[in-house]
Amino acid sequence: MLKFVSLVGGLLLSASAFGQSVAVVRFPDLQKRLARPTDTTYVVNFWATWCAPCVKELPGFEQLRAANAGKKVKVLLVSLDYASQLEKKVKPFVKQRGLKSEVLLLNESDPNSWMDKLDAKWSGALPFTLIINNKTNQRATFEQELSQAELTAALQKFQK
Amino acid sequence: MKKLLPYFSFCFVLLLSSFIARPTADGYKVGDKATDFKLKNIDGKMVSLADNKAAKGYIVVFTCNTCPFAKAYESRIVELNAKYAPKGYPVVAINPNDPAVAPGDSYADMQKKKYAFPYLVDESQQVARTYGATRTPHLYVLTRKGNDFVVSYIGAIDDNSEDAKLVKTKYVENAMTEILAGKPATTNSTKAIGCTIKWKQA
Repeated sequence: MLKFVSLVGGLLLSASAFGQSVAVVRFPDLQKRLARPTDTTYVVNFWATWCAPCVKELPGFEQLRAANAGKKVKVLLVSLDYASQLEKKVKPFVKQRGLKSEVLLLNESDPNSWMDKLDAKWSGALPFTLIINNKTNQRATFEQELSQAELTAALQKFQK
Repeated sequence: MKKLLPYFSFCFVLLLSSFIARPTADGYKVGDKATDFKLKNIDGKMVSLADNKAAKGYIVVFTCNTCPFAKAYESRIVELNAKYAPKGYPVVAINPNDPAVAPGDSYADMQKKKYAFPYLVDESQQVARTYGATRTPHLYVLTRKGNDFVVSYIGAIDDNSEDAKLVKTKYVENAMTEILAGKPATTNSTKAIGCTIKWKQA
């Protein structure tokens, strides 16, 4: 048992030592993940390395994650960079910025095929942030750049 | 209590006015009449929809110099004009970005573009707000009905921003085929990713 624990621990440590990985997902994967019947509040930020306001607000999401560590809050950063840019742009960006939140790359070429299924209110401008809690059926969306204060206030409504 | 009555009624009126002041819709929907505008072109001349008497309609596209998606679609917008201007639907490009936020979108930078269609500056950003444009590129097809222009299509150009060669569905061209045949577009509203319009900071 001890051996097992140290093995798992060692694996986890080495994984973090290698830095954050970026999983490439298709829309149905993301949809399933966000539909899970969990009491964890998901803060899902859609961004891209080429999107200046997105890059500007990313530290706010990182701070939010750190401030809510140990609470039932999960920050997901979903990159809408092209999958062809994964190694060239996205991974180096994540490493350089030292992003600790989970980063996914949504590999879909036609936004019209999935955007309405995610949220009908989203017109397609980046950044876009979705906060959901499936247990309490709460949902909030923001098609704009969020300041640290706005983001904290938005999450607080889910934590009452 | 009596003393409080005017206060309460004041609050009530305030509450009521906040409902009235709220805009009823966020920009145009398909079927809405588009109000004309008068915006400055990169040649210094003012352009309105009413100017071109021969136009059967317009392909109005909110775009800019700086957004990677606008850049990716630039040649495809040029092609749309080449294809549909002879059929009576020329492109009108409008740049709504505040150059204070996006320096590459200044009037001088816009003037470096050599398009066969107008490239207008929406300095007050009022046209973008009226249309309900949120991103670049964001495209609207307008069809002439008498002296009016009616919104016939809103949305994406096609289904692959990265590579024009990999496009499977040309959304706006499919809509144009039907519109040119005098029919409403089957798919008249589509979504695309784009850069947020760089609104003036209050």
